Amino acid sequence: MTSGMTASWVVLLALGAFHGINPGMGWLFAVALGMQEGRRSAVLRALLPLGAGHALAVAASIGVALAIGAVVPVAWLRWLTAGVLVSLGVLRAFWHRHPRLVGMRVGMGGLTLWSFLMATAHGAGLMVVPVFVGMTMTGGGGHMHHMPATGAGAGTALVATGLHALGYLGVTALVAVLVFEKLGVGMLRRAWFNLDLIWAATLVATGILTVTL
Amino acid sequence: MTPKLLPDQTFYPSPTMAMQAPPETLAYVALLNPDPTASDALAVLDVDPASPGYGAQIARVEMPGIGDELHHFGWNACSSCLCPYSPHPHMQRRYLVVPGMRSSRIYILDTAPEPRQPRLVKVIEADEVIRKTGYSRPHTAHCGPDGIYINALGDAAGNGPGGIFVLDPESFEIKGRWERDRGPQHLAYDFWWHLGHDTMITSEWGTPNMIEAGANPELLLNGKYGNAVHIWDLNKRRHLQKLDLGPEYQMVLELRPAHNPTETYGFVGVVTSLKDLSASVWMWNREGSNGNGTWRIRKVIDIPAEPADADDLPPLLKGFGAVPPFVTDINLSLDDRFLYVSCWGTGELKQFDVSDPFSPVETGSVKLGGMVRRQAHPARPGQPLNGGPQMVEISRDGKRVYLTNSLYRTWDDQFYPDGIRGWLAKVEVTPNGGIRLSDNGLLDFDNMRPHQVHLEGGDASSDSYCFAGGA
Repeated sequence: MTSGMTASWVVLLALGAFHGINPGMGWLFAVALGMQEGRRSAVLRALLPLGAGHALAVAASIGVALAIGAVVPVAWLRWLTAGVLVSLGVLRAFWHRHPRLVGMRVGMGGLTLWSFLMATAHGAGLMVVPVFVGMTMTGGGGHMHHMPATGAGAGTALVATGLHALGYLGVTALVAVLVFEKLGVGMLRRAWFNLDLIWAATLVATGILTVTL
Repeated sequence: MTPKLLPDQTFYPSPTMAMQAPPETLAYVALLNPDPTASDALAVLDVDPASPGYGAQIARVEMPGIGDELHHFGWNACSSCLCPYSPHPHMQRRYLVVPGMRSSRIYILDTAPEPRQPRLVKVIEADEVIRKTGYSRPHTAHCGPDGIYINALGDAAGNGPGGIFVLDPESFEIKGRWERDRGPQHLAYDFWWHLGHDTMITSEWGTPNMIEAGANPELLLNGKYGNAVHIWDLNKRRHLQKLDLGPEYQMVLELRPAHNPTETYGFVGVVTSLKDLSASVWMWNREGSNGNGTWRIRKVIDIPAEPADADDLPPLLKGFGAVPPFVTDINLSLDDRFLYVSCWGTGELKQFDVSDPFSPVETGSVKLGGMVRRQAHPARPGQPLNGGPQMVEISRDGKRVYLTNSLYRTWDDQFYPDGIRGWLAKVEVTPNGGIRLSDNGLLDFDNMRPHQVHLEGGDASSDSYCFAGGA
């Protein structure tokens, strides 16, 4: 394994953790469901659908990249990814939406869908694409004009999605249980920092890095 | 709006946490001008006992339109912004959304940068409300997790159905009509929700044509005013269940769901019974421990009419020989413990301990005004008051209650024909039950008539919560 590959793994885990720590990405929902039912099992029950929805969003973004990468040169894919990332980052800095996808009496399917849509709308899946593209390059010598054949690409996609989801779910579970058991939601008033601008900046930075590295 | 780094510090995850909020220093009051060809206003009051200006009116924002009939109003954002499924914790509680119940205009007032002097920043004209929603006569506004919900009493022609529409909480653009399937619902008055159970509750007064010229005795005696509560799926926007109170009960007004989001009960006030002119408070709740049962409603408080001499009664009531209590507003403290009930006819505010919501216990009462009694305030014993306790607002900590005395212009004139002189009274709450009028807590508005009061930072009718418990 190359050091580039190890770095990619670390970045995937770290991006997952960054997404997981955002209260708007899932852990707060798990805590609320636990408080509504008055038991920890409700917190834990919410984790799987949250993780699944987030992983699906990442897989969908990577899938789209893989499909486009199969027909256009990688350089084009990089520019395209960078363009979408920067646009979304700028858009998110100025544009807020208040969708009502589900409510407090959400089922497991609804929670999966909610997590999928939140991750997609915030560009969580998209953020992973440059790392994934980088991984396929590292594995294949770095000078191919197209992405690797579907089989090999799918394998890397699976690893990338899995690692990212692991980082996300680990942090989501840890924070949810910690807040439910120890800290209480009163801490939200003092600790819910506005991540919107940092998030938007991360999208833009990732986009720029995609074409400069 | 400049983004905030931390959540608005007036947002609290749970009602229990909100009770620890600092005491309010400002109150906003909707003022109705009894002259329908003149402007209504929003007054700002200094309610900080430590301030040299305590009890004074600091500012009065005149509305540019005429004949608005300001009634209820609300905030653009509140504690529901912390709800986990649609979190917007860095919004600001900043704009007041003030509908004109007769003109159908909606005013947006900005309380920043100077909360003591709000500025008018937007007017949504009646034709826009009607064009985009099909509704007119907007009434109550509540800040929801995904937008500002406003209800309306009827359509452009003043008929039913009345219903709910949604405003974008940042642009204040009308997003459209809320209901997807209204079932048998036709009449409207108040609405609120159980956020923890994705449930909307609505109540019934009458269509604009049934109320705007005054209470219609023929409609009333035939039981045509509202007598039901409706239960809705807040997410699917569908009618689920109609809870009938029975034909003798007329005008089902203010809805006060338990603030604790895990609970599925609440209280609603009923103005009068055709049988004996009594007023009542009813409690709805959801049967079954798993929260999947049907909804029920039952009467939990009965307030009888008081015998009176025909000479002392307004023309409409002379034949009855009794003064009806007319419960026109109720309010519930944030700990869901004390329910306050306004008797606008007899001139009394009652306090009930509703720790057991099935069997409220009366724990306090103050008397002011009233159609017959005209009870004076202890601070000014020689000055009989007219009107009676009507809108009730409770501070977040539950220690203070603010009362105003005007109901609705044409109805004010029917039941207090000498013309209501506006007042606001402050009531002190004893920690474990009991209320008394605050010694220096009476404010006159002269010719203007005060309606709803909202307190700086939130109060018992302004916010809803997605989390229970905690401290």
